[in-house]
Amino acid sequence: MGLNKNSGKVIALAGNPNVGKSTVFNALTGLKQHTGNWPGKTVTNAQGYCEYEDKVYTLVDLPGCYSLMAHSAEEEVARDFICLEKPDAVIVVCDAICLERNLNLVLQILEITSNVVVCVNLMDEAKKKKISIDLPGLSHKLGVPVVGTQARSKKGLPLLMQQVDESFHNPSSQRPIKIQYPDYAGKGLTAQEIQDEKVKVLITTAEDICRDIVRYENKSYDSSDRKIDKVLTSKLIGFPLMFLALLIIFWITISGSNYPSRFLSYILFGIEEYLLSFFIWLGVPKFIYEMLVLGIYRVLAWVVSVMLPPMAIFFPLFTLLEDIGYLPRVAFNLDKCYKKCCSCGKQALTMCMGFGCNAAGVIGSRIIDSPRERLIAIITNNFVPCNGRFPTLIALISMFMLGTSASLGASVLSAVIVTCLIIFGIGMTFVVSKILSKTILKGVPSSYLLELPPYRRPQIGKVIVRSIFDRTFFVLRRAVAVAIPAGLMIWLMANVSVGDLTILVRCAGFLDPFARLIGLDGVIMIAFVLGFPANEIVIPIMIMAYMATGSLTEINDLSVLRELLVSNGWTWITAVSTMLFSLMHWPCSTTCLTIKKETQSTKWTVISFIVPTIMGVLGCFLFANIAGLFL
Amino acid sequence: MSGIDCLTNLEPGRCAVVNDLTVTGSMRRRLQDIGLIKGTRVEYVQRSPLGDPVAYLIRGAVIALRSEDSDCVMINRVN
Repeated sequence: MGLNKNSGKVIALAGNPNVGKSTVFNALTGLKQHTGNWPGKTVTNAQGYCEYEDKVYTLVDLPGCYSLMAHSAEEEVARDFICLEKPDAVIVVCDAICLERNLNLVLQILEITSNVVVCVNLMDEAKKKKISIDLPGLSHKLGVPVVGTQARSKKGLPLLMQQVDESFHNPSSQRPIKIQYPDYAGKGLTAQEIQDEKVKVLITTAEDICRDIVRYENKSYDSSDRKIDKVLTSKLIGFPLMFLALLIIFWITISGSNYPSRFLSYILFGIEEYLLSFFIWLGVPKFIYEMLVLGIYRVLAWVVSVMLPPMAIFFPLFTLLEDIGYLPRVAFNLDKCYKKCCSCGKQALTMCMGFGCNAAGVIGSRIIDSPRERLIAIITNNFVPCNGRFPTLIALISMFMLGTSASLGASVLSAVIVTCLIIFGIGMTFVVSKILSKTILKGVPSSYLLELPPYRRPQIGKVIVRSIFDRTFFVLRRAVAVAIPAGLMIWLMANVSVGDLTILVRCAGFLDPFARLIGLDGVIMIAFVLGFPANEIVIPIMIMAYMATGSLTEINDLSVLRELLVSNGWTWITAVSTMLFSLMHWPCSTTCLTIKKETQSTKWTVISFIVPTIMGVLGCFLFANIAGLFL
Repeated sequence: MSGIDCLTNLEPGRCAVVNDLTVTGSMRRRLQDIGLIKGTRVEYVQRSPLGDPVAYLIRGAVIALRSEDSDCVMINRVN
């Protein structure tokens, strides 16, 4: 390619949380990590390569922090990297709207290294709010290059890299501002008083610089944000609005995936005949082609037609909600509940991350400083159904309760039921957090700050399109990786006999007595067990197992499924118990591995596995038996 | 009402100036880093529906503080 590595120069990206640092990082490196509009998104060092004019630089995205004095893991990481690893340059990304606060970090970094380029991002947002910034003036005062950018639209980035490049060639042009600290010696001040004075000098220096640099033409530039917040966090509307937001998202997911599901299942199950004929024509032995088509292919077809559409629709919607900046408001509303459970309010954010993927929620718990509260967040994360689990809930509701009618009433009712289940799951999160903090994870809630960033208009089209494609590919890849072995497994279990019974019948029979106690049956249990690698295959496995032990040999329409379930002994109690168990059972394999990695402890991984399972068993037991009394 | 009081008692919509921080250690540093030093102007923005935390406007940013933490920020009310 003709690129020569420029002796591997390393550039660090630092900045306050929520300034668009990761957007800059992604734009420069071309990595497709999603960036959300709330603090704490980047809690690891993401690394990538950035090419500029034939040279390749290593770019390191440091965690967002307000200063370099270590209080939290993020600040420690950032400070250690800049001080110890000594990158060749540091780009400090600042928010144009909040420049004064951001300069605190800039000044601290300038005290450590002079290889700094300041990147003032979100210039478009500042312009909308009629805030003008004298960039050359700022550069003159700071003594280092300052570049204005709009990372979302990739504006200003080439100039940024140019300045960084120039700073390598011309290091003496960097003349960082020297902060004048008064002489503290001999004044009899305590260590804390000296610390206070130093901080005061930094902050007032930032204030003085900004006074000349930033012009506000509209003093009440944030009035629309304040008005929106008044509504979103109001006493009367705040909570109902959160419920409504969830409801709307699920309703769009359910009604939006209806037709694609039907279409996909029509096509995919329709070509089964042709696949079979093809293999027969190839002369493949019966056992093999039945295994391939009726086993593996069917599970794949199920995942793609029934599970994929809801996943591909929910994720972009949720991403939009994140990008607008709503999630910190959710954390703001729910904080008191978390405080009552002796856990950290940031758990609201990790819980929301769990909606996308429980493993991501576990990683996201790094934003919680206290190890005790972090563990609580990790253990309870699984009570929030991930992207792979609520299609199961939706499928069960449509299959068993409402049929696959596409009427408005049916879809609204489905959305209401799913939302209520989710709220139940969130409620369990609180209950279990409280129990944990009174038993095995005793302690008091720690202090923390929650920033409510300005609302940003998301690039709706771009986010939706990119998200749908990303998610589709991700699900397809996982479907292939997980559904193929699972389909194979269930086929073998259904067709290989030990003695006079198939393995499937034996296993189901073994699990059945226990399963019946909690309102399920042996097949459902096997489906959950085999669904350990990925939750989205639970329903396909269950259907396949029922079909193997029954007489249904082909699926023309999803509506025949109700018959299948009923003929296998399902009542509405079974349906609800299955939904409850889907909500409260062990985490999937990816999540378990992630927990092990994050906690570095087998003990806590096992506890994270057991706690939701115990709650699920108890919950289903109670429900099935109490409901059974009324029938 | 004049005199020094803690931030928790600041009424909705009112402004105040920070006088002192009574907490020490890392929380003190954290509050200072977001700009809560003596002489900083603070404005009450919004209360959470359950009463706690409360969001304040501090040096151009809106930050929510729990009552245990705003108890430690001593202020003088201004008009």
